[in-house]
Amino acid sequence: MPDGLPSDGLVIVAKRDCPTCVLVEPVMQSLDRAGALAVLSQDDPSFPAGVRTVIDDQTLERSFRLNIEAVPTLIRFAGGCEVERTVGWNRAEWTRLAGAAAQGDGLPAWQPGCGSKSVEPGVHEALVARYGDPGLTSREIALGEWDDPIEACFERGWSDGLPVVPPTDERILRMLGGTERKPSEIVGLIPPNLSPCTVEKVAINAVMAGCKPEYMPVVLGVLEAALDPLFVLHGLLCTTHFSGPLVIINGPATRQVGMNSGVNALGQGNRANATIGRALQLIVRNVGGGIPGAIDRATLGNPGKYTFCFAEDESDPEWEPLAQRRGIAAGKSAVTLFHAEGVHGFIDQKSRTPDELVRSLAMGLFGVGHPKLCDAGNAVLVLSPEHYRIFKEGGWTRRRIEDELYQALKRPGSDLVWGAQNVAEGLPPGMADRMVDKFQPMPDGVLIVRAGGPAGLFSAIIGGWPGQRVREECQAVTREIRP
Amino acid sequence: MSGSKLRDPTAETAPTRRARLAPPASLEGKTVALMDIGKSRGKEFLDRLEGHFKAAGVSTKRYAKPTNTKVAPVAMLQKIAAEAQLAVIALSD
Repeated sequence: MPDGLPSDGLVIVAKRDCPTCVLVEPVMQSLDRAGALAVLSQDDPSFPAGVRTVIDDQTLERSFRLNIEAVPTLIRFAGGCEVERTVGWNRAEWTRLAGAAAQGDGLPAWQPGCGSKSVEPGVHEALVARYGDPGLTSREIALGEWDDPIEACFERGWSDGLPVVPPTDERILRMLGGTERKPSEIVGLIPPNLSPCTVEKVAINAVMAGCKPEYMPVVLGVLEAALDPLFVLHGLLCTTHFSGPLVIINGPATRQVGMNSGVNALGQGNRANATIGRALQLIVRNVGGGIPGAIDRATLGNPGKYTFCFAEDESDPEWEPLAQRRGIAAGKSAVTLFHAEGVHGFIDQKSRTPDELVRSLAMGLFGVGHPKLCDAGNAVLVLSPEHYRIFKEGGWTRRRIEDELYQALKRPGSDLVWGAQNVAEGLPPGMADRMVDKFQPMPDGVLIVRAGGPAGLFSAIIGGWPGQRVREECQAVTREIRP
Repeated sequence: MSGSKLRDPTAETAPTRRARLAPPASLEGKTVALMDIGKSRGKEFLDRLEGHFKAAGVSTKRYAKPTNTKVAPVAMLQKIAAEAQLAVIALSD
């Protein structure tokens, strides 16, 4: 039993903020006159008045050790052991447990109590970290008395260059509360070092990225998709090319965690968008050892390698979302991972028909990589609401847009071969006599996704990675997110 | 923040303390920064060291903290990092 409590007698755990505790203050005074009593006061050591032994438990340590869930809780101890307890105010229970002094004349026969401060959201995990066994197996890193934890994370190389949230036990425990999966479960081997990554390591890095616990299922789904051999994460992170993982989320999870698919969807400002994408990058860096300048050999990289994550706008029931197009059942949440370079803005404020717009989009898309290179990576096309409206009003579905776009993305090889148009870069001379596809067949060639704010005849083109050329070996991956 | 503890986010394949940089195999072609932290007789100590380095054909550059009561200014540390490959910090009471 916790220190300071009578080994034979009564203990009441109470707080002034609880109306039922205030109601039974006269009963506590009566019990104090009758025998050995200690009251643990969670929020105000001057409460209750008129009781000789009031123990200040504002640290909640004793409440935690007694596993108090509600107040008032009346406990009877005998020989240093708990004999029985009752929760809330119930005259019959209190008198059975504590005798006639607990009669409480004038009080109602029964009144429920309030939640204990020790089980308030976030508090319980902090108490487990402080006084209990957090059950975490990751190595402890002790900091000096005057160390700044954020600076300590930088010094140890755990950061992507921006400050990270220091991974303390209580934060990690809260994060683990966001998933039903065991902390010890291994999610997979993280390249390049092929280091086993447990759910606990995911939670630690999710803390550092700034995630909320409810993002954990999404983060785990993102990581599982990234570890699909078809995504070739190792190759992506060590390439000299610009690309890094782009995360597109579909389904109810996007609304549950408050992701942004609207205004500035590809930009800053939304916590879920920002931190889910960042968590993946931190896991690759910290667990896998994918360090820029070491195994990450990007010539230039792109800002999306900090984080690149957004949700698709699924507000139009006539639109087939990306995840469904890629085989996920409607109503399910899913993640699609794509090897993405930066965002290339596409402006068209003149097209008014689907035919005009699809030809115009094809011109923009042809610039991916180089205007004279084909099959050097695929693309994501983020259709804004105003551009989408042109297709919708013309009766074009996703499938129609894909088909027409695929046809519009063919060019005579003679325009693209080495030296053509007085530009050395291009395709081998042997391709001069054929029509050449810019990208692979749909739906892999151009992943169309809807997002963006309501105003602006702009869409976004996101180029892919030349590693996608061999479809059997490398392509975008879509996975259902498990709860 | 005092005395807190964190959990390691890595695969734990490296020691928790960062290893010290290994001393260079040779001083040839390198510049040694001689930094006076401002305590008494530090200059005297560095003068002697500088003499030894010069005799060995090693180039040196001298730096001095404005005061020994405060940490070195960032600008001075950056200057040392840009101009020298090694540093000797003189403490001589």
